[in-house]
Amino acid sequence: MNESLAVTVEGFVAESLATHGRDPRHLLQHLIRVQQRFSCVPDAAVEALSAALDVTRTQVRAAIAFYAFLHDRPRGAFEIRFSDNITDRMLGSRRLIRLLIERLGLTGLPAWGCDLVRVDGRVSVGLASCTGMCDQGPALLVNGQAVTNLDAQRMDRIADLVQEGIPLERWPGEFFRVENNIRRRGLLLGNPATDGAALRRLVDEGADAALAEVERSGLRGRGGAGFTTALKWRFCREAPGTDRYVVCNADEGEPGTFKDRVLLTDYADLVIEGMTVCAGVLGARRGFLYLRGEYLYLLPHLESVLQRRRAEGLLGTRILGADGLDFDIEIHLGAGAYICGEESALIESLEGKRGVTRKRPPFPVTSGFDDQPTVVNNVETFLAAARVVQWGGYWLRGEGTDQSAGSKILSVSGDCARPGIYEYPFGTPVHQVLSDCGAENTQAVQISGAAGATLSPADFDRIIAFEDLPTAGSFMIFDHRRDLLDMVRNFAAFFAHESCGFCTPCRVGGALLRNLVEKVAAGQGSEYDLSEMRHIGAVMRQASYCGLGHTAPNHVLNTLDKFPQIYRRRLAREAHTPSFDLDAALSEARALTGRDDVGAHVRDGSEVSS
Amino acid sequence: MSKTFKLDGREIPFETGQTIMDAALAAGVYIPHLCHNPELAPHGSCRVCLVDIGERQVSACTAAASEGMEVDSSSETIQATRRAILQMLFVEGNHVCPACEKSGACQLQAVAYYTGMLAPHFTHFFPRRPVDASHPDVVIDFNRCILCELCVRASRDHDGKRVFAISGRGLESHLVIDSPSGLLGDSCFAAADKAAHVCPTGAILPKGRGYETPIGERLYDREPISIVGDVRAHEEEVV
Repeated sequence: MNESLAVTVEGFVAESLATHGRDPRHLLQHLIRVQQRFSCVPDAAVEALSAALDVTRTQVRAAIAFYAFLHDRPRGAFEIRFSDNITDRMLGSRRLIRLLIERLGLTGLPAWGCDLVRVDGRVSVGLASCTGMCDQGPALLVNGQAVTNLDAQRMDRIADLVQEGIPLERWPGEFFRVENNIRRRGLLLGNPATDGAALRRLVDEGADAALAEVERSGLRGRGGAGFTTALKWRFCREAPGTDRYVVCNADEGEPGTFKDRVLLTDYADLVIEGMTVCAGVLGARRGFLYLRGEYLYLLPHLESVLQRRRAEGLLGTRILGADGLDFDIEIHLGAGAYICGEESALIESLEGKRGVTRKRPPFPVTSGFDDQPTVVNNVETFLAAARVVQWGGYWLRGEGTDQSAGSKILSVSGDCARPGIYEYPFGTPVHQVLSDCGAENTQAVQISGAAGATLSPADFDRIIAFEDLPTAGSFMIFDHRRDLLDMVRNFAAFFAHESCGFCTPCRVGGALLRNLVEKVAAGQGSEYDLSEMRHIGAVMRQASYCGLGHTAPNHVLNTLDKFPQIYRRRLAREAHTPSFDLDAALSEARALTGRDDVGAHVRDGSEVSS
Repeated sequence: MSKTFKLDGREIPFETGQTIMDAALAAGVYIPHLCHNPELAPHGSCRVCLVDIGERQVSACTAAASEGMEVDSSSETIQATRRAILQMLFVEGNHVCPACEKSGACQLQAVAYYTGMLAPHFTHFFPRRPVDASHPDVVIDFNRCILCELCVRASRDHDGKRVFAISGRGLESHLVIDSPSGLLGDSCFAAADKAAHVCPTGAILPKGRGYETPIGERLYDREPISIVGDVRAHEEEVV
């Protein structure tokens, strides 16, 4: 690096430190800012941050290597990352990536974690797991900003803008338009308005009454696991500690999920009100909204909502004039790591570290952020909690099933006429969602994201509820034209890429599984490989350290059971097929010896064994 | 009266706060493990100490013991899962047991034998990993690192030095060293550090003492790991 750049970098870091503080827990936030400014984190920034924050340079470098959006080498001045979820691929993203690459004069294709960088440093093209725009894909991120509804014309235009070096602010506004696409409104989406009513009720009737309403409602966490919200709040409230924290998990990394994006766009006040009510119940003074890096474009909007609420006396000190009701929220950005949706990994990331799952127990409710009692809830949960406190627990109970009170917001994408956001009472069967969104000839539904379950038509009478089909919200539809193995390949690569690497079964098993899926897809598999996939999947499910590893093999195991033909029709042989071509492996020896006669070749494997 | 739980049918006494592993070690019952070392905070990453408690599988090194629980650590199912985990560790790195200086005194190898793993199983990844011989007293062969983080924890929590960290993620996870060059020789690491003496494989080795004890006469050549326990307890006699 030249000296003048080092000076610029050091100046920028000093400014970031002066503005945002020297708490080592802000490391990730400083790194994200440096990355945005310099399209990488230069060595000078590593040294400066390491010295200022008292963390080792190794820890800084380890964080850079962990988060997909941080790099130690420059990407392009225009850093383009295509969303690579299966739904983007189904909408033709692969063809568009090739088009853009060709137009930009690049060669090859990007792979996950392997971007193409043009030699002049002007532009780079890479992939992101899923950018949460599945209802308006194919999508990409350019310097962190989402561009939706890609087509060939847009690719041409983007190539031109890049060639001419037009800054992002002057790119056509419609490129960055993100639609809400709310198709069905229920309990939660029916009315976005709030005037602090939940908070007033909290102040008037007290924290015990608010918690009692949440208890009465039977509200369960909407992140997928379905833990009882009131119980979580109560455990945290009663845990010993000097401080308490409220964390909103807006990491929405599950492929095919985008409902939090809509909630944070149009219902942010309610979400923040839910957090504030929670803080009132716990006696917490600080909260964090952990926003996935893919939703960077929402940051100014969310900051302005926080600012307005402070001005309205709904956030900050003496909320609504109540003594002792002090609470404020900071937004922390993620940097491209799916594992950070797991609550303990999210807390590690909040503290500026690599997002690796913590040992449990202790659970975050007793020992979370800064080892203090912490509630981590999903965006949708906080929204529902605000309404529950405003309108009472029975209001939520009025809909849903015995074990699943209220409604569920679904992100519907894939093969249907009307992708978007649908809110249903719990207990709604899958076939109703399919008919409402205009899905025809449906072959399969992937519910609750890549980590969820693959449903065949035999499952379409099943209901969306914690007691039958729990879901974090993703609902991806595949019609009869699709080859489901494409979905399996996409998810297998996703999990191999997103494993944090902490435990053996997930780290190694995920990669082995991906390789076997690719082997079968390439027409080189056999029954033996399918049984190996079952074996590895079972070990991952049983032995992994956290939920990522437990659920990562679901799509393979589900499709082996329900759609065996997608594997079988590709098998090369019934029994064993080696993972390499012995004859091809001998080509180097043949070249060295100058021989290429019949005797220098291995015959077909089946003949050798017979 | 002290509390007890059952481990493979045997009553094991424990104190509140002890893990299944703590109590088993104290009672002299062996549960195979790699990333665990009773002198350092439990980690739970290798997953080799997986045991059954009812329908659930937990790592014995992190799960608290509780009154009356029934723990299964020796069924064929549990052993088969452990074997698969070991087979995963073996294909992830480059382990050349017959030629390795640590052979016969290597915990990875000994635990593999204990669980009945006699050959590799999965397709090898054959990663390209360097050897760092820059330090005057100690060599690090990253090919043998199993990411147990014992050196990370020992250096940070015992030596007060923070020499090591894990970088990257997924299969790209790897051990890194805190020095301007990234080399061990440029770090503040010393052969007397605890971190130099906790590696369960041959990844961190002292220099100049190669094959002092002939292969065939080493710790686990004489007795299985279930009898003699971790190599760290015998370091004086084996290296």
